[in-house]
Amino acid sequence: MSVIALPQSPSTVAGAPMSYWRTVAWRLSQDRATLVAGTLLLLIALSALAAPWIAPHDPSAGAIRLRLAPVGTPSHVLGTDEQGRDMLSRLLWGGRMTLIAGLTPVVVAFVVGTVLGVIAGYAGGLMNTLIMRTMDIFYAFPAVLLAIAVSGALGPGLLNTLISLSIVFVPRVVRVAESATVQVKGLEYVAAAKASGASVWQILRHHLLANILGPVLVFASTQVSLSIILAAGLSFLGLGVTPPAAEWGLMLNTLRQSIYVNAVVPALPGLAIFVTSMAFNLVSDGLRDAMEIRT
Amino acid sequence: MWRYVGRRLVLAVPTLLGASIIVFAMVHLAPGDPIAAILPVDASKEQIEDIKKVYGFDKPLPVQYLKWLGRVVQGDLGKSIATRRAVILDVRDSLANSLVLALSSSVLAFGAGIALGLLAAFRQGRALDKIASAMAVIGVSVPHYWAGIILIIIFSVQLGWLPAMGASSDGGLVGYLRHMTLPTIALALIPLGVIARVTRSAALDILNQEFVLALRAKGLAQRRVFAHVVKNAAPQIITVLGLQFGFQLGGSVLVEAVFSWPGTGYLLNLAIFQRDMPVLQGVILVLATFFVLLNLLVDVLQTYIDPRIARH
Repeated sequence: MSVIALPQSPSTVAGAPMSYWRTVAWRLSQDRATLVAGTLLLLIALSALAAPWIAPHDPSAGAIRLRLAPVGTPSHVLGTDEQGRDMLSRLLWGGRMTLIAGLTPVVVAFVVGTVLGVIAGYAGGLMNTLIMRTMDIFYAFPAVLLAIAVSGALGPGLLNTLISLSIVFVPRVVRVAESATVQVKGLEYVAAAKASGASVWQILRHHLLANILGPVLVFASTQVSLSIILAAGLSFLGLGVTPPAAEWGLMLNTLRQSIYVNAVVPALPGLAIFVTSMAFNLVSDGLRDAMEIRT
Repeated sequence: MWRYVGRRLVLAVPTLLGASIIVFAMVHLAPGDPIAAILPVDASKEQIEDIKKVYGFDKPLPVQYLKWLGRVVQGDLGKSIATRRAVILDVRDSLANSLVLALSSSVLAFGAGIALGLLAAFRQGRALDKIASAMAVIGVSVPHYWAGIILIIIFSVQLGWLPAMGASSDGGLVGYLRHMTLPTIALALIPLGVIARVTRSAALDILNQEFVLALRAKGLAQRRVFAHVVKNAAPQIITVLGLQFGFQLGGSVLVEAVFSWPGTGYLLNLAIFQRDMPVLQGVILVLATFFVLLNLLVDVLQTYIDPRIARH
């Protein structure tokens, strides 16, 4: 316990500097675009989570006589698809699938990529060469091509989509984590910690991870939008989630033939992908600015 | 300079070899027997063994890989299982169509993206900057396959101005260009956003440096200051241009699927659904090689413009 009485919070002392995270939170609270996008994202996530309870209809129950009903039809606010299934219900359920397929690979990449990147950066030498040169190989393929190639070889299905997209994103995170680790490793306080007898584990935990997780997390957040677009894109090609499940990319694919009958309803699933991916981009931009990270 | 180029060339070899291993491994990633697609349903044991021998599947994997690599290096990508044509011929024909699309969309995206980014930087904080920034965010967020469908809905279905599918050659050059227009726009959206973004931030970095202030203090006209900024921002922009061009070539699969454009993406799509592994491998290997060589070219070009890079 400290003998000197400390003020309860830094703000009680006029002019006292704010802590890093308080500064970040304050900057975010001033950034209107990020707040709006964040709220939108929260709404999308909540409605996807709550789909079983708030969807007005069964997403897979169709009525042949009610095919491609226009937006604004009574009891089908957003119309119906080519099999007469309620669009609103399918969009809500589809959001679940698209978010799972888009977010999981980035989470996997964040965990696996950080571990590999820190090992490569901290160990250096042969280990570094081994890990980083292996990752370089994946950079020989543009992201879309790599995802489609692996998915195409593995065949359709949600699990295969997750595998192929993780393969796309892991090398990217490794690169960022490795360069951040090398940078932090060279700083004087790490040398000081080593000199004062800290174990490798303590250095990794307290000095390296604590300092690189922020930048790596922000980088990962910038990849979510691409991951969602790719996940839906794989379903759009017939390589992702399989029918009759509702997924935005798959819905876009099956509704494509109907644009000559109804021009608005087939555009809706793509609009949902677009809005979600834009919200993720705006939020990650805001985070990056607020945390003062340059990528 | 030349030593740097040489070193980069040597470094590209292991990358290409690694890529070839991944492409080779894809056949074995695939569920089921790689020759299942070409076997008659009632094939006898001997027939299966014969076909395996013909395709070399009876040898151990490393031997198979080396033999395959040896053929690939000589330009022999095998035969398509579906059409029995040499894969290299199919890839060559479709690659021409994809290159045309990648070039046209790159020209559109580079021109519009650089212009938008520079305008935004010079009008920082004003309405034009905000519009340009919004366009940049939209560009990187829009699923381009959906944008393609929207373009078809507006310009083909509603207005009837442009064709929605294929690349028919019976209309001659005009017909080809008309078929090209919509896929070009759809494919240009993402790089347009990325390039506008990078150009804006690169130009802003330069604008905030002291020498620009000095130029202005010297009484230089805005136009001349502009030229200095562009020259200094060029290396950074060129890197992104090169990368984006590569993405255009490999990333057009989805757009080609939407417009049934007979390029590499369309061929790839077809191969996936016919489980035509030699075609799948051929397309991906050729595109990856293009991509690696392009990255190499960008590096070299960058060093040529800014020799300081080679020293790092």
